[in-house]
Amino acid sequence: MHAPPVVSAIKEVVQQAIEKHGKTPDALIPILSEINHALGYIPAEAIREVKRQIHNPAERMYVAESQLYSLATFYDMLSTKARGRHVIKFCENAPCHVVGGKAIWDALRKDLNLENGETTPDNKWTLVTTSCIGLCSVGPVLLVDDDMYGNVTVEQILDILGRYE
Amino acid sequence: MSFYRSHILVCVDPECLAKGAYDVVDAMQDELVAQGLIDEIQVLETSRIGGCSDGPEMMVYPEGVHYVGMNADDVPFLVEEHFLKGRIVEKFREIHKPVVDEELGPLRPKEVRVVLRNCGEIDPMNIEDYLAVDGYQALGKVIGEMTPEKVIDEVTRSGLRGRGGAGFPAGRKWALTRQVPDSPKYMVCNADEGDPGAFMNRRVLEGDPHSVIEGMIIGAYAIGASYGYIYCRAEYPLAVETLNVAITQAREFGFLGKNILGTDFNFDLEVRVGAGAFVCGEETALMASIMGQRGEPRPRPPFPSVKGVWEKPSNNNNVETYANIPQIILKGADWYASMGTERSKGTKTFAVGGNVAKPGLIEVPMGITLREIIFDVAGGIKDGKKYKAVQTGGPMGGCLTEKHLDLPLDYEALSQAGSMMGSGGLVVMDKSSCMVDIARFFMDFTQAESCGKCTPCRIGTRRILELLQKICDGKGEHGDLEKLEDLCHEVAKNSLCGLGQGAPSPVLSTLEHFRDEYEAHVYEKRCPAKVCRNLIHYEIQAPTCTGCMVCARNCPVEAITGERRQAHTIDIDRCIRCGICMQVCNFNAVSVLS
Repeated sequence: MHAPPVVSAIKEVVQQAIEKHGKTPDALIPILSEINHALGYIPAEAIREVKRQIHNPAERMYVAESQLYSLATFYDMLSTKARGRHVIKFCENAPCHVVGGKAIWDALRKDLNLENGETTPDNKWTLVTTSCIGLCSVGPVLLVDDDMYGNVTVEQILDILGRYE
Repeated sequence: MSFYRSHILVCVDPECLAKGAYDVVDAMQDELVAQGLIDEIQVLETSRIGGCSDGPEMMVYPEGVHYVGMNADDVPFLVEEHFLKGRIVEKFREIHKPVVDEELGPLRPKEVRVVLRNCGEIDPMNIEDYLAVDGYQALGKVIGEMTPEKVIDEVTRSGLRGRGGAGFPAGRKWALTRQVPDSPKYMVCNADEGDPGAFMNRRVLEGDPHSVIEGMIIGAYAIGASYGYIYCRAEYPLAVETLNVAITQAREFGFLGKNILGTDFNFDLEVRVGAGAFVCGEETALMASIMGQRGEPRPRPPFPSVKGVWEKPSNNNNVETYANIPQIILKGADWYASMGTERSKGTKTFAVGGNVAKPGLIEVPMGITLREIIFDVAGGIKDGKKYKAVQTGGPMGGCLTEKHLDLPLDYEALSQAGSMMGSGGLVVMDKSSCMVDIARFFMDFTQAESCGKCTPCRIGTRRILELLQKICDGKGEHGDLEKLEDLCHEVAKNSLCGLGQGAPSPVLSTLEHFRDEYEAHVYEKRCPAKVCRNLIHYEIQAPTCTGCMVCARNCPVEAITGERRQAHTIDIDRCIRCGICMQVCNFNAVSVLS
């Protein structure tokens, strides 16, 4: 589970991301993606830390926290809110919709008692919709973390969820 | 190189992986070891073999047998039958369509593979496989024998147009970027394939990344570019990985980097991964994202050919456009221009999805009709239902009907019909789809993906969505349809980029072709396709009902009453129209009315 990360851990993640991608303007999105992947989301402390480490007027490299926040909130795959241990991403796009996606979506929300973007009280599940992941010929499709499930039926949902601790 | 008597190519596309392709590969390895065949038979992982809808799929060479739908448990049987006893296992054999359809009759051209020619045939992670199928020969020809002007001329004469959907002639774009007196120049590949239902580019990137890279290097030579970016969406992790491997190998072989093929031509390339924003498929937004900014479009001109990445001249083409280039150089502009219609040349890949019998990826010559694609190539409508409409061009395209089935597909014909070529997603719908619901659905998508920079798109799409929601909810009023139409025209006319300009198309095209359905929703409070929840109700047919009580037990709101062995009834006021009673009834006694 993504326990509330301590500041020293955040600093380390930020440090590694910056070492990997560099201190240039075009490295900002890769850095934020890296942090999001490591911590499950981008805490405010991480945004502050990125700014501290990259902003350097002497080198004419200007980065503001607001700028980082604007990036983190613009891109769907970056989250500024903490998420559950497992993130279920459901494809809600037309090709999945016309082959029965809506019934799956309704069943998921009912089984987990969650609406889009919410996390269960025990921090196990976060339910979100995703943009098309291009697996349209095996729709409806859902992802649990990085695992893909195709041709999903309502009956399979509990079985799929049961595979995760 | 070791000699193997047989090669087993297992498809490891995400679609087959979702059905356990790796388990099949592992089981295959184990079984070959157990049977002592591992030195005779090689197992390779590859991409697209067939449609992937019946995966996992595999090809066995030299026999050329195509197996589908087996799982890991079936592997020992298959190995014993096929590789020990030499008998083809008919049970798993894909018999419905030939795998490589190169021998095409002149009268009924269906699939022709140019862009997809190597997908599933070669190992995308090994550059030598690509070299073995004439890979990088076009690059050698270009650098050794052709001037940049000659390359541009060849591409222009081929008639190749932008496969991202807009159809701008590729050769002309290259010429424009070349003549701008500024440097350095950049090559950009738009691999941000975000249209729901479109996955053609993913397949090319995963199955044949070098054809895209080679196309970009040739373009860089023609334009005079020294660096390139492939902007790939983060939803395609396998494509990103494959591209990175391919770029590294191309560098090792001297196709990328300094002094390419021993000349003074330098060009290098990197992959940029998106972070989930549909609007980044728009070229100015894409370039903003490459530079580490929010992916918001800006007005054009200046076009990227003049001011693109880092304010320098940048040539942006789509994955499929670049993948065509090596073949055009090798086989010549005349060969390419011999396919297609007068103004749309060559082939186009389409991802056919929705209610068709055989969904998947196809590549057909331009000018083929929708009827041929849906009924001949994709096997017709699923479960013998009736065709209703097809959405072409993604969420910014339009819905086409029965009367458009014989339209020859090219850029002009589609836009005249109120849709567009788009990147090539085709969502086929049968009679069970409600067109108002579909329009609402697409608008829900574009509204959510609107970046918010310009007012017509930010506010307009929301207002359109609210009107559609109101109509679907059965609260439509007189004047709503006219208001909807006006609003759509305003948003289309005044939005900054293609997203807002195209967003109203699904609404406008369904309003045009299915106006009676909209009118039924608004004036009669009826949903003819029986989809919109507030406009339908369920009823139990007394003569057919056996009183088994299954529906009453399953109803989540206890809206069904009745004695055992007596016909049941549904309390319409209590019913939440979830449809569970209809699903669980064994006697088809529940019907939905509107």
